[in-house]
Amino acid sequence: MGSHQPSSPLAALFRREIRIARSIGGGGGMGVVFFLILVSLTPFAIGPDMNLLARIGPAILWIAALLATLLGLDRLFQGDADDGSLDLFTMSATPLELVVLVKCAAHWGLTALPLIVAAPVLGLTLGLEPSALAGVAASLLAGTPALTLLGAIGAALTAGLRRGGLLMAVLILPLTVPVLIFGVAAAAAASGGTVPFHTPFLILCALSLISIAGAPFAAAAALRAREA
Amino acid sequence: MPPFALHPPQILAARGLRVDRGGRAIVSNVDFELRGGEALVVLGRNGAGKSTLLRALAGLLPLRGGTIQFTGADDAPLAEQAHYIGHADGLKAALTGFENLEFWARMLGGSGGGESIGLPPAEALQKVGLPRIGDFPVGYLSAGQKRRVALARLFIAPRPVWILDEPATALDIASQETLGKAMADHRANGGMIIAATHAPLGLADAQELRLDARRVTLAGAA
Repeated sequence: MGSHQPSSPLAALFRREIRIARSIGGGGGMGVVFFLILVSLTPFAIGPDMNLLARIGPAILWIAALLATLLGLDRLFQGDADDGSLDLFTMSATPLELVVLVKCAAHWGLTALPLIVAAPVLGLTLGLEPSALAGVAASLLAGTPALTLLGAIGAALTAGLRRGGLLMAVLILPLTVPVLIFGVAAAAAASGGTVPFHTPFLILCALSLISIAGAPFAAAAALRAREA
Repeated sequence: MPPFALHPPQILAARGLRVDRGGRAIVSNVDFELRGGEALVVLGRNGAGKSTLLRALAGLLPLRGGTIQFTGADDAPLAEQAHYIGHADGLKAALTGFENLEFWARMLGGSGGGESIGLPPAEALQKVGLPRIGDFPVGYLSAGQKRRVALARLFIAPRPVWILDEPATALDIASQETLGKAMADHRANGGMIIAATHAPLGLADAQELRLDARRVTLAGAA
């Protein structure tokens, strides 16, 4: 053991995160259930107008995905802060930025990935056309990494606080507006319209890449300054 | 067989340390110097700043003033060469003791090219007297057992400096003796120990650092 350095600590961290999330009370599957409920509630509120539902369907799916991704993200660092694991991460030779990135990757795989798989199925119930279904799935795939990583900054800022979840949502939701705008624009452009699909889609990819590059530094700085 | 190299001799020197929390100086004017094999016991009433000082030494709190110099076996910073056992055990309740330790072995022992490999998790658990609960979720263990699993971290990744904040909390008499013997072995191998405590830990010839509200006194080893 210990001979496959240096990627081994991060691989071990990834496995640990998956294992905790899949254990009882870990909340691994809650995001996709929440997403399912949120999307299924919408037709009851709006009524069975298939044209209207098909038009606003991508937006509904995106807002539901946004809320489902942020659900549970406030716990990203809370557990580690409470039980002292965060102290040991800070002291380990592995940079805290990479720890943040790996924890985000595990959270994305457990929360966002099931959403992306479920979104086209739920889109059917909203009467979306096949091209729109593919557009929603593709835009979620490109945009949800940005949501997870922006949320990680909020989670790091509120890691030491009791009931920090609400504060985190208030801090982070305004920052997700660009992702939401271009995500819905890309999904809508897939089913026709004046804008070509790749224009908003590429901006969405850029937003995710910027978040992956920048958010770990912001979150790690927030975690280090937690107690000062 | 010392688990880590003793060349060059290690020195940990603190000069005029000051640590603030919430804008107030909690610890100020702390000086001490430790060499390999020596121990420092930090004493003081509740709220005297023992934990604050230890967290600052572990690099978890910023220093407001003063310097910490550490000359170790290699150039790694003190935080990466120190074990910190604080009030929180750093264990995940949903995972077994074995899984917890295996993870920390990878995380804490990952650097340094892999020449200083510690005990496997099973042997470390054996050493703290918990050979049979390794595949049991930590959430089901008692406070003392959790503390012993946390102390097993000291053995899975050898690090020359042990920073222990009330390490004997919740331990029974037998486990306190095991801990005392482990600390003696660590010092015999050239390691350093900095411990905050109310109860005697059985550290022979340890320097004493008494944190008081007004002044800090250092009583040297005999």
